[in-house]
Amino acid sequence: MRLMDLESLAARVPDGSRLAMPPDNSLPSVALAKALIRRGARGLRLVGVPTSGFATDMLVGAGCVAEVETSAVSLGEAGFAPRFSAALKAGEILMKDATCPAIHTMLQAAEKGVPFMPLRGIIGSDILAHRPDWKVIDNPFAEAGGDPIVLLPALQPDFGVFHAVMADSQGNVWLGRKRECATIAHASRASLVTVERVVEGDFLADETLAPGCISATYIDGIAIAERGARPVALLDEYRMDTAYISDYARMAKTAEGFREWLAMHVFETRAAAAE
Amino acid sequence: MSDCKPEEFLAATICRLVLDPAAPTARHVAVGAASPVPAAACYLAQKLGYPIRLSLLARTQANPFSDGTRELFDLTGQGRIDLFFLGGGQIDGEANLNLVGTGEWPGKGVRFPGSFGSAFMYMMTPRIILFREEHSPRVLVQRVDNVSANGVSPPGVFRRGHAQALVTGRCVFRFHPDRARFSLASLHPGETVESIRAATGFAFDAEAEVPHTPLPSEQELALLRGAVCDEMLETYPDFCSRVFNRKQAA
Repeated sequence: MRLMDLESLAARVPDGSRLAMPPDNSLPSVALAKALIRRGARGLRLVGVPTSGFATDMLVGAGCVAEVETSAVSLGEAGFAPRFSAALKAGEILMKDATCPAIHTMLQAAEKGVPFMPLRGIIGSDILAHRPDWKVIDNPFAEAGGDPIVLLPALQPDFGVFHAVMADSQGNVWLGRKRECATIAHASRASLVTVERVVEGDFLADETLAPGCISATYIDGIAIAERGARPVALLDEYRMDTAYISDYARMAKTAEGFREWLAMHVFETRAAAAE
Repeated sequence: MSDCKPEEFLAATICRLVLDPAAPTARHVAVGAASPVPAAACYLAQKLGYPIRLSLLARTQANPFSDGTRELFDLTGQGRIDLFFLGGGQIDGEANLNLVGTGEWPGKGVRFPGSFGSAFMYMMTPRIILFREEHSPRVLVQRVDNVSANGVSPPGVFRRGHAQALVTGRCVFRFHPDRARFSLASLHPGETVESIRAATGFAFDAEAEVPHTPLPSEQELALLRGAVCDEMLETYPDFCSRVFNRKQAA
């Protein structure tokens, strides 16, 4: 069980690391993203599984990001992601556009330790034209020949980063049906997880908890961060804070407004916690 | 449409396309995240008594996908999702969709959020209904700046289906994959073939007589405001408040 504080968890991520993160309909660790901003991380390569949201926009705005590989970046009902859009326009980040099942498939190849996996569809999309690392071959099993199909390379992130409901004394984490986080954990070299709480016991010994659990095998560090997904919802524990997101969307329209927002919501929180 | 909201009208219109007897039966329909109108249309079909399995990606309670977000794509890859909905920042006359952005790749003009699963779902689902409420020359363009998902594929490329129709705030178009062209299927109240041509950036076919899109029946409106809203309240609270004037209990 590698329990540490949030800032130490962020310190485990070297500049330039490739980080896989779930979007706002899943369990992003917004708390760890904020800690990465406080630590002044640079050159991060973010992978949205399969899309990106609030945490990505914040990290891009704070200058932590060199590259984003994802199928979409959005603040949902609050509209387009303002700092991401500005950085893309200014040429400050490299954008690798994908499509949702391609992200899943590249991670699944890494899970299996195979160099690539095929995926249907995509042929004819400009996404393919802009992904020289994706290849098209004729299906070698097609009896009549032909049948072109896309091959996607395995994608092994350096770190999986997500939030979970709880950890147990063995270092297993539980997050229910958000199994895309399990795909992230299995495919990544290591995972850093924030949790609401740590409880006694072993989730793997409980048949009802085990299927929603990610075993300690995959996890390199855990930090307690209460409301660590906020403003994103956490299963049935707390709802999406739409006012917080629309407030962010409004302020982050300009670089100056975004800096003000950071000062209030990212740097102030540590000062408050240290008191 | 004095006592019928545009969203109710569009939901009833999409519901008729979902139930179109000429199209392959929709047994399992999936609805993407930001799609309350298509979701209302599918719930309406259910409440009218049609046995449709409906999987809402955005559902916060009892979400049908228990094996992660890849499950939708795995089901679709196998051909187990019969109908899906897509839109686009730009849609062109060959039913190509642009969800990436305008200008040079990857959206140097206006960047849209991104392609999501469209490049896969469009080709792997037997039926797609396109829905975009804004019907203007900036959305319905002659040729999209960037192709997130292509409307037709060359022979020999595996593809299960195409757009069945494009529903906008002004009309319903049918899509004809054999000639990669839309035809005008029906006009919403107040529209004419000329007004549609003026608001559309692409060329399309139109018969001499184009029917009007029917208004929702009393039964459909009652279901939308009652049983359909009940189903949607948890997942789409803002939509239900705005369209059905119903607030979620605290």
